Amino acid sequence: MSDKKKNWPLWEVFVRSKNGLEHRHFGSLHAADAEMALENARDVYTRRNEGVSIWVVESKHITASNPSDNGELFEPAQDKVYRHPTFYDLPDEVKHM
Amino acid sequence: MNQNLYHYILTIADTNLILGQRLGELCGHGPSLETDIALTNISLDLIGQTRSYFQYAASLFDEEKTEDDIAFLRKEREYRNVLLVEQPNTHFGYVMARQFLFDVFHLMFLRELENSKDETLAAIAKKGIKEASYHRRFSSDWIKRLGDGTEESHTKIQEAVNNLWRYTNELFQMTEADVAMVKEGVGVNLEALKEPYYETVSEVLKEATLEVPERKYFQKGGKEGIHTEHMGYLLSDLQYMQRAFPDMKW
Repeated sequence: MSDKKKNWPLWEVFVRSKNGLEHRHFGSLHAADAEMALENARDVYTRRNEGVSIWVVESKHITASNPSDNGELFEPAQDKVYRHPTFYDLPDEVKHM
Repeated sequence: MNQNLYHYILTIADTNLILGQRLGELCGHGPSLETDIALTNISLDLIGQTRSYFQYAASLFDEEKTEDDIAFLRKEREYRNVLLVEQPNTHFGYVMARQFLFDVFHLMFLRELENSKDETLAAIAKKGIKEASYHRRFSSDWIKRLGDGTEESHTKIQEAVNNLWRYTNELFQMTEADVAMVKEGVGVNLEALKEPYYETVSEVLKEATLEVPERKYFQKGGKEGIHTEHMGYLLSDLQYMQRAFPDMKW
């Protein structure tokens, strides 16, 4: 496995743990193709009854934000508290908000 | 005690146990982390099924016996597993060929055993079918990958299939216990599975661009307790703890 070219590509695994919930990122693994990635994901991530559905996507297809851009991407949102819907007085009768 | 039923359960259970042990040997030695975990999962599925069978077998005795007594305290000649599953791991091709040649049979067998008049055996079979279906899918996929892969993987998997082929016919050998259990509506008529088995296996092999071996002479003996030279070493590993520390618990 030391020769990098011989490594299987990396895949990201998303598992839905219950019907009605969304798929969540569980981790990653190596596999030769999508079919093998699904089987590997089943064996590695759902062996303790964690899931009802699995998605796999090859890691190279994910475009990620660059940590060095965090300033311009995320900091402007830090002082905009008015974007949170917390300025309403809710009547007591309204539950679960 | 119903000796035929006991022997019948042993053949099924020992075959699972010994294959589970063989796969267990690979824990930490798989070709990749993912495959390692997959093989260990299969091993644990098989050993889980074995426990159910042995618990049932233990309940047949008048005196008190446990699943552990049956699993660990018999002598080589008293194990009734088929020869196929005791064959060593040699290389990954052997592991997959052995698994595939067993899985195709195992699934067919459980689907029949599910209809057994013996409710316990039927229930164990029913539970095992989903596990065995996945095993078969996993090993069939690997046969195709290796067969239709590189020149080297093709050669190696073909060699493994050729060498293990001689043990396939024993899967369908009817022992005295088999005949008696079929008569009672408890056991599976193995001979009826033979043709569909070789058909399914041949289909997968062809899809994997592999040759179906033409061998007409087959090995047998496991079901009567006559094993290959590999069995003693396997049992010395399997039984070590119980032999060194009798009645140990953990």
